[in-house]
Amino acid sequence: MTTPVPQGKAPRRWLTRLSAISDMFAFPLRTSHYVELVNPLWTTHRMHARVVDVWDETRDARTVTLKPGSNWRLHRPGQHIRVGIPVDGRHYTRTYTISSPPERDDGCFTITVKKIDGGRLSHHIVRNLKVGDFIPVGLPQGEFYLPDASPVQPLFITAGSGITPAMSMVRSLIAQERLPDTVHIHYAPHEFDTIFGRELRRLDQEQAHYHLHEVHTRQAPEDQNHFTEAQLERLCPDWRERDCYACGPPALLAALERTWEEAGLSQRLHIERFRADFAPIPDDAVGGRVRFADSDLDVDADGETNLLRVAEDAGLNPPHGCRMGICHTCNTTLQSGCVRDLRSGDFINEPGAIVQVCVCAAAGDCELAL
Amino acid sequence: MSTKRPLPVDLTEEQIDEFGREMDAIYYETLESRGEKDRLYILRLIRTQRSMALLGRLVIYASLFLLPAWGHALAGWPSTLIVMALGVILLGLAKILENMEIAHNVLHAQWDWMKDPEIQSNTWEWDTMSPSDRWMHSHNVVHHTWTNVLDKDLDVGYGIMRVTPRQPWKPAYLLQPVYFVLLMLLFEEGVALHEQAIVDVVEGRKKHRDIRPLMKHIGRKVWGQVRKDYIMWPGLAALVALPISLVVPESPLTVFLLVAAANAVANIMRNIWAFMIIFCGHFPDGVYHFTQEQTEGESRGQWYLRQLLGSANITGGPLFHVMSGNLSHQIEHHLFPDLCSNRYPEVAPRVKALADRYGLPYNSASLWRQFGTTWLNNLRLAFPGGTTPPEPARA
Repeated sequence: MTTPVPQGKAPRRWLTRLSAISDMFAFPLRTSHYVELVNPLWTTHRMHARVVDVWDETRDARTVTLKPGSNWRLHRPGQHIRVGIPVDGRHYTRTYTISSPPERDDGCFTITVKKIDGGRLSHHIVRNLKVGDFIPVGLPQGEFYLPDASPVQPLFITAGSGITPAMSMVRSLIAQERLPDTVHIHYAPHEFDTIFGRELRRLDQEQAHYHLHEVHTRQAPEDQNHFTEAQLERLCPDWRERDCYACGPPALLAALERTWEEAGLSQRLHIERFRADFAPIPDDAVGGRVRFADSDLDVDADGETNLLRVAEDAGLNPPHGCRMGICHTCNTTLQSGCVRDLRSGDFINEPGAIVQVCVCAAAGDCELAL
Repeated sequence: MSTKRPLPVDLTEEQIDEFGREMDAIYYETLESRGEKDRLYILRLIRTQRSMALLGRLVIYASLFLLPAWGHALAGWPSTLIVMALGVILLGLAKILENMEIAHNVLHAQWDWMKDPEIQSNTWEWDTMSPSDRWMHSHNVVHHTWTNVLDKDLDVGYGIMRVTPRQPWKPAYLLQPVYFVLLMLLFEEGVALHEQAIVDVVEGRKKHRDIRPLMKHIGRKVWGQVRKDYIMWPGLAALVALPISLVVPESPLTVFLLVAAANAVANIMRNIWAFMIIFCGHFPDGVYHFTQEQTEGESRGQWYLRQLLGSANITGGPLFHVMSGNLSHQIEHHLFPDLCSNRYPEVAPRVKALADRYGLPYNSASLWRQFGTTWLNNLRLAFPGGTTPPEPARA
């Protein structure tokens, strides 16, 4: 019940004092719990958003327009939010990038979600979410955004639903009437299966500084349907002078990282991953006995399963958010032993180190403060 | 090796194991089937409960506009008190729902499976004087593990009453009919002070200063409750009454006392109801008690058996079950304490049939029979002697 209050606009002091007094009427709850009965968007103890519109971008991707609660803080284009959705009675949390620019007059924002095969939550959002539903959301987070003032000439490289942060950035720059010379290379299966396809093409025609290159991976010839340095040279000859903002599947991002590293320009490449890119698990990875010290529980774990999952399978319910290592809700302390960070493959074995249990697995015996 | 007194049943160890496996099957099958409709149940219930609480308090306020001093056509003590009683009943029912069907079950981790951050056993705080973390220890850990085991389960007589002839008699028990009534009226306060540590201080095993942090912790929660019901809500009414009293001859003090009294009645109403339901769980006729020695090396089947023999159900309709927090299904609650309570009514017939097949008693009767025998036992056991239920236990 006493979940941390989302820190939105700095609350005024008199308001804080007033709510401290009014909370005494609601003890052990807070006034906000009763305000929620009238309108969930007015609560302060947690944040909801109301679905005000849904729109299908492609056959399996949908844009959901959300009206956030009163504690909302405007996002920077490129940032993402955590969304909580109940499916079959259980509450899940996932992270989605905001696809709208912050310059919207109606106070709403949009997320654009592609249905993943076997993805319980994405399926629910794309197919079952209705206008009028309330869903819990977090505040915008993430470091993937354009610098505020310094002029950069961006090169966006996006694939599939990785378009969303770039879309928010481009829309925002246009709304502010400060769109610099921009090149955008976007990979999508084919012309009619491109998220925001019509809008991108319209911008390409209307905006003198915006240059779109679409690569349709199902239609292009075999040697041109994926990222290569030759293709990059052809579509954007001055890529070395630009700041690249990229979002897409791990294979694309890995290829980009190689190219920019070989050119000695790694600092000009900015990457947003939709899912944690796990390092290959060595064959000699071993699990071990995991001890959850606060819960006084011991379980065996293998060297591949993340410790959040291990804890949940053991009946615990540790706090967690994104399940991909970005929100740090699941941070806990390693008391002893060794765990492996599944993304980097690095071992963490210093007692007292912070462990993100959703992206770490046991590497031998370990003890966690959970 | 088996010189210890076995459980009071006619079953072999193999049969008890099989009984345990059948009970497990019911449990896991029901756990599997939890889903969206259970979530909607608890969310709607919480919404209803909070609306009732707020409405109740507003109706109590509204009744103040009917005080005789207003002088309008509807004004008068009878109309004031009738409307106020309505508000009190709403508020009292809201408190009952919160304590019994919502908080008690949330604190049993029955709803943790939803992983809803708002409805979690480790963060829920309830509308009663006992801090929920303290209660979870004495209830979930001590009482539910050691159900009806003498000298282990603090709930056997709550340390002040003799509820089974197996507790040796002492003269202090002569007063237990008085304790019974006092505890009924002050149940909320009793639960807050229901701590092994306090018993230890009274019996000289611990010093006052050892339990000071604990008392502070309980004190903070008690203060929050008292401040809400007896300072803030009456105070706000009195504050509004202050300027009005210049025009309408009604003292703000009367207004303050009326609202405080209304809240007190709502709290006492909840106390009496909770006391009745909870006392019917383990103290009516036909409930078995056990010794520590009987529980040594207890198997899962034997544990189930002890829960079945040590608990009693109350019969009634769906609304009655909700208002009793489904503790009217005390047997099912003790067998499956972390199964969400809205499922107890559907597992009850299966448990009853299972008990019947094994020739075991299933103690279920009306509220009047269960509470009546609880009260009569209380009177009888105030004096030495008394009778234990028949052994071995048979249906």
